[in-house]
Amino acid sequence: MALDQATVARIANLARIKVSDDELQAWASDLTAIIDFVEQLDEVNTEGVEPMTGVGDFSLPMRPDVVTDGGYADAVTSNAPEGHDHFFAVPKVVE
Amino acid sequence: MTALTDLTIAQAREALDAGEFSARELAEAHIKAMEQHRTLNAFITETPERALADADEADKRRQAGQAAGPMDGIPIAMKDLFCTADVRTTAGSHILEPFTPPYESTVSGRLKAGGSVMLGKANLDEFAMGSANITSYFGPVTNPWVASGGDNRRRVPGGSSGGSAAAVAARVAIAATGTDTGGSIRQPASFCGIVGMKPTYGRCSRWGIVAFASSLDQAGPMTRTVQDAAIMLQAMAGHDPKDSTSAPYQLPDFSAKLREGVKGMKIGVPKEYRIDGMPAEIERIWQHGAEWLRAQGAEVVEISLPHTKYALPTYYIIAPAEASSNLARYDGVRYGLRVPGHDLTEMYENTRAEGFGAEVKRRVMIGTYVLSAGYYDAYYLKAQKVRTLILRDFTQAFEQVDAILTPTAPSAAFVVGEKQDDPVQMYLNDVFTVPASMAGLPAISVPGGLSDGGLPLGLHLIAKPFDEVTLFQAAAALEEAAGFTARPAGF
Repeated sequence: MALDQATVARIANLARIKVSDDELQAWASDLTAIIDFVEQLDEVNTEGVEPMTGVGDFSLPMRPDVVTDGGYADAVTSNAPEGHDHFFAVPKVVE
Repeated sequence: MTALTDLTIAQAREALDAGEFSARELAEAHIKAMEQHRTLNAFITETPERALADADEADKRRQAGQAAGPMDGIPIAMKDLFCTADVRTTAGSHILEPFTPPYESTVSGRLKAGGSVMLGKANLDEFAMGSANITSYFGPVTNPWVASGGDNRRRVPGGSSGGSAAAVAARVAIAATGTDTGGSIRQPASFCGIVGMKPTYGRCSRWGIVAFASSLDQAGPMTRTVQDAAIMLQAMAGHDPKDSTSAPYQLPDFSAKLREGVKGMKIGVPKEYRIDGMPAEIERIWQHGAEWLRAQGAEVVEISLPHTKYALPTYYIIAPAEASSNLARYDGVRYGLRVPGHDLTEMYENTRAEGFGAEVKRRVMIGTYVLSAGYYDAYYLKAQKVRTLILRDFTQAFEQVDAILTPTAPSAAFVVGEKQDDPVQMYLNDVFTVPASMAGLPAISVPGGLSDGGLPLGLHLIAKPFDEVTLFQAAAALEEAAGFTARPAGF
């Protein structure tokens, strides 16, 4: 199925990647080629087949819901592009 | 005496134990090689001071009779996808260019605790997305191999673990870590004439490895011999409570059957891997592999894996879907690059537009599309169902055989610049490695011989889940029969 420019703009918005208007057509052709490739799967009969959601036949482990680690505010915020007093700072959200 | 940079892990360990040279001397020889071969661009960050400090610690332990294990004092390259405490970790991306993790990944931590000496962080495709190591923000990696007959054009090392493969092939590192999502250890190993092994999904902890596709990603060793791969995996693998998909199993001795041969073993050759347009030299190396195993007493039988041709399209739905989710965390808030915008949303959009390269954007957008409302069932759910059928093919085949033999890649290393205009052509590089990834199976690439143009070609073995012992056993037999001694000229 061919992706049009409006679809690309919608995907780019969902993915939070800025795509300028003059790039939309190039992305539309590019992504269409990949979607055409993966659409081969339509040939496969998957009726009654369970989807595979993970590898391995062991179940995910459970543990008590308690704090096991922490207290590293310096380390946790050490890579922040902008921060104050162990907080992450972002552009103003509410006027 | 063999040059220090030509030693295998097994040889270096023996010589270190015998006091023939120190870990510091071994590290210095490799640091020198790393400096000499900077044109390969195999490293994003070199850590020579760290390497010497690690080596001095290893020497102290040995002198005290307390060597930490078979990796103690061995110089390795660490793929720059493993978070290393206080050493910058970029994943080959602009968006993580300024990132220095305050913590250590489980696998790199185990190697460190085992005494290995870290030479530096190896270059890779951005976020491990690529098959030629041309998508790294820090520039492409060059394959140390060139073709015979005067064709000196630069070739790609494969990807995504291209820096790791180039470093090991060029004798800059004795071994390297890689990660493999659809072939990212095995295909570069094939292109660079080394051994590359992807363990069973769950064998190595994914904790602290920058995530690409979480149901597929696995760490593994890249070495110059099968024995070294078994030794190194032993130091990397094991259950980790910090990764809920890490297998809660005791590790077997991966080297246990390296010398037992393949007599009586049953090896399957899947007829569906004989793809249209397969180059004659690939067909030939594959036949040689089967003959070598047969000559050593294995029974080689044709098997069928009917859904083989659907593995790659399935992969290109599932992997981008998981990537789009995993890469949502790069938003310019907590770490990494931030590009300002007039509000929060525009800051996100600008950061991700500038921080991600074209291939990463492509996969994030494909993943976003196949997971979006109205398309989820048609693409993502469909792919998950086909994945079940791919796994079923292997499960049925393994009722009949002990291991499966295929080529690793559909070509030898190609020239820089080729296959770059068409993403789907690039994706076909992984046509033989992706099915085992989809099924979570252990697999290994072993150098099988040279192409008509004098470039290495790998042979690929796949085994049952958690049966790495048999995988290494068959791989060692294949390695011995292939007798691959060629090396890149000038390295």
